Amino acid sequence: MFILFESLDRDNRGCLSPDDFEALGGLAMNPIGGRIMEAFFSSGQDTVDFSSFVRILAHFRPTDRNRNKEGAQQELPSSRTRKLKFAFQLYDMDRDGKISREELLQVLRAMLGLQVTEEQLQSIAERAIQEADLDKDDAISFDEFKKSLEKTDIDTKMSVSFLK
Amino acid sequence: MLTEGGSTGTLLFICMILILLHGSRGEIPSKPIAATILPFVKPNDGVQTYPEDQKNNLPVFTMNYPRIQIPFEITLWVLLASFAKIGFHVYHKITIWVPESCLLISIGLIVGAIMHSVHEEPPAVLTSNVFFLYMLPLIVLDFVAVFMQVFWFAVVGTLWNSIGIGISLFAICQIPAFGVQDINLQENLLFSAIISAVDPVAVLNVFEDVSVNEQLYIVVFGECLFNDAVTVVLYNMFSFVAEMPVVEPVDVFIGVARFFIVGLGGMAFGILFGFVAAFTTRFTSKVREIEPLFVFMYSYLAYLVAELFAISSIMAIITCALTMKYYVEENVSQRSCTTIRHVIKMVASISETLIFFFLGVVTITTDHEWNWGYILFTLLFAFVWRGLGILVLTQIINPFRTIPFNMKDQFGLAYGGLRGAVSFALAFTLPDTIGRKQLFVTATIAVILFTVFLQGISIRPLIEFINVRRTNRNLETINVEIHCRLMEHTMAGIEDLCGQWSRFYWKDKFMKFNNRILRKILIRDGRAESSIVALYKKLELQNAMEILDTASGNISAAPSIVSLSPNVDSSKLQKKFLAADLRNIHDILSKNMYKIRERTVAYRGKHALPNDSQTREILIRRHATIRRSLRPRSFQSSNVPRTHKYFSLPAGKSLESRFDAARWHYTDDHETLSEVAYPSQRSRFGKPARSSSSKAMIPLHRLGTLEEVPSTDVLNEESSSTGQGVFRTNSSYSDSRVPHPRRLYSLFDDNNSEL
Repeated sequence: MFILFESLDRDNRGCLSPDDFEALGGLAMNPIGGRIMEAFFSSGQDTVDFSSFVRILAHFRPTDRNRNKEGAQQELPSSRTRKLKFAFQLYDMDRDGKISREELLQVLRAMLGLQVTEEQLQSIAERAIQEADLDKDDAISFDEFKKSLEKTDIDTKMSVSFLK
Repeated sequence: MLTEGGSTGTLLFICMILILLHGSRGEIPSKPIAATILPFVKPNDGVQTYPEDQKNNLPVFTMNYPRIQIPFEITLWVLLASFAKIGFHVYHKITIWVPESCLLISIGLIVGAIMHSVHEEPPAVLTSNVFFLYMLPLIVLDFVAVFMQVFWFAVVGTLWNSIGIGISLFAICQIPAFGVQDINLQENLLFSAIISAVDPVAVLNVFEDVSVNEQLYIVVFGECLFNDAVTVVLYNMFSFVAEMPVVEPVDVFIGVARFFIVGLGGMAFGILFGFVAAFTTRFTSKVREIEPLFVFMYSYLAYLVAELFAISSIMAIITCALTMKYYVEENVSQRSCTTIRHVIKMVASISETLIFFFLGVVTITTDHEWNWGYILFTLLFAFVWRGLGILVLTQIINPFRTIPFNMKDQFGLAYGGLRGAVSFALAFTLPDTIGRKQLFVTATIAVILFTVFLQGISIRPLIEFINVRRTNRNLETINVEIHCRLMEHTMAGIEDLCGQWSRFYWKDKFMKFNNRILRKILIRDGRAESSIVALYKKLELQNAMEILDTASGNISAAPSIVSLSPNVDSSKLQKKFLAADLRNIHDILSKNMYKIRERTVAYRGKHALPNDSQTREILIRRHATIRRSLRPRSFQSSNVPRTHKYFSLPAGKSLESRFDAARWHYTDDHETLSEVAYPSQRSRFGKPARSSSSKAMIPLHRLGTLEEVPSTDVLNEESSSTGQGVFRTNSSYSDSRVPHPRRLYSLFDDNNSEL
């Protein structure tokens, strides 16, 4: 993993800066590339050192599942939650613990781009919030987020096998 | 919408046609994949004695059985099988424990016994491989990721199985005690190739009931599919080889090359035909009635062409169906989709029934050659080798998987290898030069029966017992979709970061390619469409349907209607379909906000509207702001049930400028609080409605039958039924009760907007 870090670290300062990330063309083209980058730079730092790099990437390790007799999707609860938390953070840019409609809209806009009109975006966002928002505060909290995804196989979706 | 059984149905349909065709012609076709028809009664044997009798009186009542014999018998068989199917669904408990295939076989056995005692010939058993592979659910396979694994299992697994079984059987044959020494290695290999073909039909039956987790399901299923290509090649290779005195290494290589040609060629053809079909349907907006025909015919064509080149027809059909499902689905009308779906299901259901039925019948009626040793060992080896094969293969492939298969999964995989009709077909079509053909046939039937009955019945409790990971049949929600897409993007990004090109990357690339090029070509009005939007449309559609299905008096709130097609072309208007209507509403609304303004001005000449345009404009503007403000507000009203939060828009007449042709005729028994201005019969002008803030319900303008009624009489009826709040153009707009409408309804009717 260190090799990877080094290859990204263009100016060899021992830590990564936003330019390094942007140099990756693919990431730049990614609709939520900016957000992913932001996730790496936590709490206003300008650089990412190796340990934080690893820590973030550790979110994407495939989890080992322990299965018990009930056959439910039991895994180390922390890892699934961690993955969910990461995803949640991608939405929640202002870190207030909720995804507001505006934030949802932004993400949707980034993802859907020019395919839809503003109104459609609104409607989609509105519907999404309706579906998930159980306490009717017009925003999706982390618990609601988790709940809406409880049936989805997060681990398959958010794992990079390379990181085992 | 060409969902479960999409390709299956097409396959089936094809086969039914084949049967009938062959039946009527009474000939035995020679196909590479050996379609055999068992002794068949010639249809034209019934000589009419009619002319002879002419010297007598004209017979009043004649019976000419032979003339109708073939279709008659076929119909009877189908009916019989269907009755059987009805029969055991009456006892629901049975179907839980015993898979349908077992029951069908049993009934077949009984009927066969009956027939045998009467010395009847069983009807034609069309044993083309295609015939049996009908029940293929069109799982949207995450192909890129799983493809390799599926491929791996299928190809290598089948090879492993057949060679393993063949060799061990050969070893057994050496033992004099069993008296089968005359079977040489090649014949054994041939037989084992037959036996190792896992049958998707049987597997499908079982696995679906048990709902194992998707990964497992996909792998088993894909294996069955690809199995066909492998088996066919092996079979041909071995049968060719069985007749040859000497085997050379060159032949082996040729065999391998052939396999690739067969498999990939099949897929290529399938995709080709799928594209052609999609392209064709792009232009069928005027001839909606024959759209299903295209679907079926193209599938059939794919099958035939594949047969022509002796490549895997099953693969061709499968890929054709998959491609069609994706693209054609967008082009055809709703009704065509429904038609296709229903025909497919029906045909698939019949064929499933029939196959197992025949299996049972033929079991009884053929001459068997029984050899305890051989058959028992066959069973044993089939089982053992499959287990071993799965074990070894998973060991090899697990490192490449993100979520490895664990022991339980492997057990499921191994145990789920039911043999079925494919093996049966192949066994039947063994060339007669093989001395021990009957033995092989018997053995095959034995294996099939064993696997289907024993394994089929026991697999369910076993899987539950050992807790194979189950699938979660998600309710589709827009949330899940959004989040999943987000995650996919994330993963693509992260993988970029790691310099890894794995499945997300390819998927991303493919989607881009798809959106940019393919969709433009193949889909009428094709635009890039994210899966989120697609799902959203679908969900809204469902909601709309649900709401309109409820027959209650005051139907509350239509779902939020979003413009999903910025350009509503007139073709859409002419859709006699509800959803399109609803879909258009919002769009039309928004567009017409602005149009109204202009129209108002233009109107003055024709219909003297006492209001000056200004007032109207004000109202319109207010209307617009209200709409905008409504949206966020409506969510805060917690006392309003969920459905009410949506915008309700009675499906008014679409205010489309090219509107002449399309009118919707509403048989409206529900009151709409709509305000329609009826200054005259002809010109009507929708006004922004006034909300009755007291009510929390939005009666939905019930769209009854939608026919194209090119007349304006409709509105007359409406006007009569509109009890309240008929807003006349003449009235002044000074009422300012617009401020806090909870909902908005407007009936925009613009017959004369084109003017």
